[in-house]
Amino acid sequence: MNNALTRRDLLRATLLGTAALTAAGCSSVGAGLLDTGPDPNTLAYWNLFGGGDGVRMTQMEDGYRKANPNIDLQAVTLAWGNPYYTKLALATVGDRPPEVAVSHLTRMKTLAAGNLLQELHPEDLERHGMSAEKFNQRAWEAGLVDGKIYAIPIDTHPFVLFYNTKICEEAGLLDSAGKLKPIKGQDGFIDALTKAKQVTGQYGATHGINSDTATPWRLFQTLYAQLGGEVLADEGTRVVLDDAKARQVLDYLRLLTVEKGLMPGSIDYQGAIALFASGASGFHLNGEWEISTFQTAKMPFSMTLVPNVFGGDYAVQADSHTLVLPVRPDQDRARLDLSLGFVRSMLDQSLTWAEGGHVPAWQPFAKSARYKKLTPQSNYAAAADSAVYDPPGWYSGSGSNFENVMGGAVGAVESGGMSSDAAIAQIRSKLSHLANTAPPV
Amino acid sequence: MTSVVAARRETRPSGHGRPALLFLAPFLVLYLLFIVGPAIYGLVMSFFDTSMVSTGLGEFAGLSNYAEALSSSDFWAALWHTLWFTILTTPPLIVLALVFALLAERASKARWFFRLAFFLPYILPSAVVALIWIWMYTPALGLLSRTMTALGFSEPNWLGDPDLAMVSLALTTVWWTLGFNFVLYLAGLQEIPRDLYEASAIDGAGPWQQIRRITLPLLSRTTSLVVVLQVIASMKVFDQMYIMTQGGPNFATRSLLQYVFDVGFTDFRTGYAAAASTLFFLVVLAVSTAWLVMTRRQEPEL
Repeated sequence: MNNALTRRDLLRATLLGTAALTAAGCSSVGAGLLDTGPDPNTLAYWNLFGGGDGVRMTQMEDGYRKANPNIDLQAVTLAWGNPYYTKLALATVGDRPPEVAVSHLTRMKTLAAGNLLQELHPEDLERHGMSAEKFNQRAWEAGLVDGKIYAIPIDTHPFVLFYNTKICEEAGLLDSAGKLKPIKGQDGFIDALTKAKQVTGQYGATHGINSDTATPWRLFQTLYAQLGGEVLADEGTRVVLDDAKARQVLDYLRLLTVEKGLMPGSIDYQGAIALFASGASGFHLNGEWEISTFQTAKMPFSMTLVPNVFGGDYAVQADSHTLVLPVRPDQDRARLDLSLGFVRSMLDQSLTWAEGGHVPAWQPFAKSARYKKLTPQSNYAAAADSAVYDPPGWYSGSGSNFENVMGGAVGAVESGGMSSDAAIAQIRSKLSHLANTAPPV
Repeated sequence: MTSVVAARRETRPSGHGRPALLFLAPFLVLYLLFIVGPAIYGLVMSFFDTSMVSTGLGEFAGLSNYAEALSSSDFWAALWHTLWFTILTTPPLIVLALVFALLAERASKARWFFRLAFFLPYILPSAVVALIWIWMYTPALGLLSRTMTALGFSEPNWLGDPDLAMVSLALTTVWWTLGFNFVLYLAGLQEIPRDLYEASAIDGAGPWQQIRRITLPLLSRTTSLVVVLQVIASMKVFDQMYIMTQGGPNFATRSLLQYVFDVGFTDFRTGYAAAASTLFFLVVLAVSTAWLVMTRRQEPEL
């Protein structure tokens, strides 16, 4: 009994061993407990890039680490949407934010209104070679809040048209160079989809509808903006939905899905991708970030701008990813330079980022021959200058309740469950309620 | 009754008070810090316009958050969806669990297999269950959709039809959580003495009469436990909606907890969300109290 290992001894030893390991653990735990603040050579960076572009971002982070071996880059990837923005907001409110974080341009305004972001001064940006004219003007202007700079845009990610080159060739939709002939007008689009459907035998085009409020909203916003319509005004306090234009768009979408059967009225996001990748559909409407998915599937595809279906000035729904510096209690010149140096490094690696499908906002790269040679990404570069962002408002932005309301109603019309008039009435009532609520920022 | 109480007082040994408190202390501290404290803070927060992007409680709002919740059609719709989900899931989860427990009890060979088979889905995390069923429900490509078309039926729009989506979620939930009630019923069945069945068989009772006259009455305690646990768990539903339909199609499956999540974490309005969740707490409290009162009258010992 005295020599053998008793259970108590084993438990005690395990407990002490675990405690020792934890105590010797990461500096952040120790720093957090002792409240000494993070190491000056540590850079915490949060982003929300999973999937294809997440791989590109990891490559860019490794590029930064190679160029800056003395700096400890702690990159964290969180799930897109609410899980990301709630954590970022709470971390900043609790004085423990990352040095640099990614934010959609449409959400960044709400964060800035909540005083969670540091204002970036032109002289600090100049020190790192970043000045206003080096960025895509549309993205840059859209990101200013009362003329002040709070975010550095790294890309614009528009809604695009994917097409299966083999199916389109059989349907006679490609030109002599093998690129899609430009599609114009409502009838032109219906014609192209009908020809594709004849080849596939199933669908002309697909896009996510079920359990996906973002994609129907993006398609609606693209077509609605081509008609010149707006949804919200005055920072979201007024609903200015044009009923006639909205009805025109909804009726057209219903024509495509319910009446002509050119697009499935009920398919989820992954199902829409699977149908396109397997050749059951000739076209696919989605954000350009899915390029990696189709490249991995090794299918013959290319990408181009969403057609100008309703004539008028060209418009397409898009958002931009920006890098922001959350407000922190221990901000000083050294930490600012560290963060801005990281931002500059991300901009310098725009080639890797563009390979993930995004249209770079950094003009020194976007105007280069290197980018122009990058196909199919450069096919839709013009979308960055015709980008229509979500209307500004505290309840609007990427992954917000505004998109839930709009996308839910549009999806219901596309699945045939709701008439256009009922959908417009629902949109009005829900948005009015939100517009009349006092903003929490 | 008094003799039992007196015996209890005599037999409790003295000097064990302090060690008992010390053993309970860690749990009590965590309980106060993470459950009681935040619940009280949430109640206080509901009277203010608290926002998630600013520190402190914000402006005093009085009862306006409660007024807004009670007049919001989204709130009542979400409450109705939760109640509808409870109605859809509770009867199958009780009846089917009992039926399968009775069958598993009677199995003479490989009893361990049946118990394992029915209980195994319960140990899966909600995200895994949701993913499995999303794939099965996928239009045109999923297992269930293909089976229906192969059998010659038109494919039902499992997760895309506003009327059918909640039923699909209920089906997933029944498959997932049946195991827990099943195990509770198995335990209850094993407590019933064998000789009651033998005596009734001698008196000429058939198996169906045995179930109605012996098994079910003696299972009443287990049943009331299962029902109250099941109703509360169904009302707290969140995971299935959040992962499988995101509250869609067009908010048709948004449960109340998901509504609280949407206004609290998407809209950043935590004060209003606290008011909505306090109202929900009162609803759940009312439902459980009503059930406990009903079953208390049936229980002879109490």
